Amino acid sequence: MRFLFDGNTWQEIFGSIGKNRTRTIITVIGVLWGILIYIVLSGAAKGLDNGFEKQFQNVAMNSMFTWAQSTSMPYKGFKTGRQLQLKLSDGVLLKNRIPEIQYIAPRNVKGIFGGSPAQIIRSGKSGNYAVYGDYPISTKIATKKIYDGGRFINDEDIDGARKVCVIGERTQKELFENDENPIGGYIRIDNVFFQVVGVHKFTPGGGFESDSDIYIPFTTFKKLYNTGENVGWFAIAAYDDADVIKVEENVKAVLKNIHNVNPKDERAIGSFNLGEIFNRIVGFAKGLTFMSLVVGIATILAGVIGIGNILLISVKERTKELGVRRALGATPREVRSLIILESVFLTMLAGIMGIILGAGVLSLINKLTQGMDFPYANPTVPIPYVLGALVIMVVLGTLIGLIPAQRAVSIKPIDALREE
Amino acid sequence: MIEIKDLHKSYKMGSNSLHVLKGINFSVEEGELVAIMGSSGSGKSTLLNILGMLDVLDEGSYTLDGVPIKDLNETKAAQYRNKFLGFVFQSFNLINYKSAMENVALPLYYQKVGRKERQEKALKYLEQVGLREWADHLPSELSGGQKQRVAIARAMAAEPKVLLADEPTGALDSTTSYEVMDLIQKINDAGNTILIVTHEPDIADMCKRIVHLKDGVIVEDKKITQVRASQYV
Repeated sequence: MRFLFDGNTWQEIFGSIGKNRTRTIITVIGVLWGILIYIVLSGAAKGLDNGFEKQFQNVAMNSMFTWAQSTSMPYKGFKTGRQLQLKLSDGVLLKNRIPEIQYIAPRNVKGIFGGSPAQIIRSGKSGNYAVYGDYPISTKIATKKIYDGGRFINDEDIDGARKVCVIGERTQKELFENDENPIGGYIRIDNVFFQVVGVHKFTPGGGFESDSDIYIPFTTFKKLYNTGENVGWFAIAAYDDADVIKVEENVKAVLKNIHNVNPKDERAIGSFNLGEIFNRIVGFAKGLTFMSLVVGIATILAGVIGIGNILLISVKERTKELGVRRALGATPREVRSLIILESVFLTMLAGIMGIILGAGVLSLINKLTQGMDFPYANPTVPIPYVLGALVIMVVLGTLIGLIPAQRAVSIKPIDALREE
Repeated sequence: MIEIKDLHKSYKMGSNSLHVLKGINFSVEEGELVAIMGSSGSGKSTLLNILGMLDVLDEGSYTLDGVPIKDLNETKAAQYRNKFLGFVFQSFNLINYKSAMENVALPLYYQKVGRKERQEKALKYLEQVGLREWADHLPSELSGGQKQRVAIARAMAAEPKVLLADEPTGALDSTTSYEVMDLIQKINDAGNTILIVTHEPDIADMCKRIVHLKDGVIVEDKKITQVRASQYV
C-alpha cells in the first residue's frame, strides 16, 4: 500500500505512460467511450423513467375505473343484453367489502359518453363543454391543479348541492376576458347559473379529460340532469401496497353480485386499470435500465480489454527497458506493480473523463428535449451506478493488467538484455 | 571480492546440451581491472551473466564480497544486483524517455532513495563523467560516447562493489572507445573493482589483468602493465 502513495512510483508511471502519447490517448479513448456510453445510456434510461413518472404524477398509480355495460349472459331469470346502471350505493358496498380500496369516487359526466355536451353561456359568449359531477375525493385519485385563488369542489358544496363550478383553462379563455378574474363570476350551464370557484390547470395524463372540462358538485349534477342515484363510473384508488389487478377483479365480482350478473359475464362490467398500464411502462423503463447496464458494462469491458491489449504490446516493446530495470535491481514485484498501476491509472483516468463527458452529454440531451412533448426528464445516473462503474473499472483494470504484468515478469532479464 | 570455484554451466538445446563453461576457477581482488577475452562462443558472456546474477550456475560456487550467491529467486537476485553490481552494456540500454539524470537516478530509485537525494547523487555522478550540463537531455540527444558515459554514471550511482561491463566499447569508434576506457581507468584508480568483457586486444591492454577463455575454460590468466588510455585521448 505504501507503494501506492509513493510519489516516486507515480513519477515512474507518468514517465512510462507519457512516453507514448498517441498510444496512451487512443487507449484511453477506448475506455472513455465505454464509460461514456454506459453513463449516457443509464442516464437516458433514468430520464425516460422520470419522464413517465412525471406524466403519471397526477394520477394515483394504483388506480382503476369501472363502469357498467350490458350483460352478455342470461342469469337468474334476467335475459341477455340487459343494460346495467351503477348506483351510488354500489360505492358504499364496494368500499365496505374490499378493504384494499383507499378511495372510491363516483363520477358522472354529460357530453362524453353519448349525450350532447352542456351549453354554457356567459354574457353573450357561449360554448359546449363536458360537465362532470364530482365529489371532492376525486382529487385524491387524479390530482386537479387549481390556479391560485380558486378551489375545487368541497364537502359543503356537496351537502348543499351548491351551484358552483370549476372551469377549465380553455373555458376561462373562451368565456372570460383576459384581464378578468373568473373566480366569483357566474356562468350559465344549461340555463342554470353557477358561480365559478376555481380554474383547473390541465395536465395530460391519459384518459378522456380535457382543458375545457367543467366540474360541478355531484349532488348538483344529480339535480340538474335528474340522474337520481345513478353513477357514470367509479374511480377507485387502492392502497399503495395492494395488488391493483386483484382489486380490479374483486370490484367487478362485487358489482356483478349486486347487479345479478353471471359471474362469468365478461362484458357486463367494464374497467380500465391504470396500475396495470403503469406497471407495464415501469417494466419497460426497468428493462431499458437493465439493458443500458448490460450494454454499458460490456462496452467498458471491451475498452478495458483494449487497455490490456495495448499494455501487452507495450510490454513487448519495452522488453529491453524492463530488462534494464531488472538488472538495475527492480524486483519482479516492482515490475508487476508498475504495469498493473499503469493499467489501473489509465482505466481510472479514462473512466473519470468518461463520466464527466457523459454528464455533459446528458445535460445537453436534457436541454434539447426540454419543452418537447417527450417523456424525458432530469436524466441522472445514480451515484451507486457511477461508483460501481469505477469499482468495476479498477477491478477489471487490475485483472487485465495482470496479464501484461505477468508477461513482463516472466521475461528473464538476461533474455531481455541479449544483444540482437 | 569475487571467488569462483569449479563453475560449470550448460544450456539445453533440444535433446543436446551445450556445455558452455567447463570448470572455471577464478578470483578477483578488490580494486582490480580485469579484461575477460575470448572469441565468440568461448563462454565469456555466460561467465559475465553468472557473475551479474542474470543467470544461474549449474555446479560450483560463487561468492561475492563474502556472500555466497546461491539459490537465488528473482527478488533476491534483484536486490543483490542492486546492492552489489553495476552494469554497463554494449548498447548502453538507457531508458529512452528518461533524461540522462533520471537514467542515472534509476538504480537509486530501486534502492528506495528519496527523490531529492537521488537527483543530487545523479548530478554528482554525471559531473564525474563530465556530462553535468547534459543532465536534462534525452539519450537520443546524446552521442554514443556520451550515452556510454551516462550508462557508466548510472552503474556507479548505486555504489556497487563490482562494475561489470559487457563490451562497453563494442558500439563505439576507437577515439570514443579510448575516452570511455580513460573514464573506466579513472574509476578503477579510485579503488573500484571492474570486470570488462571484450574481444578487442587494445581495450584489454588497458586493463591490469587479462583472462583468456577458450571453449569454456580459462587458458590464460596474466597480470599486465596497464596502457593508459589518456595518452590516446
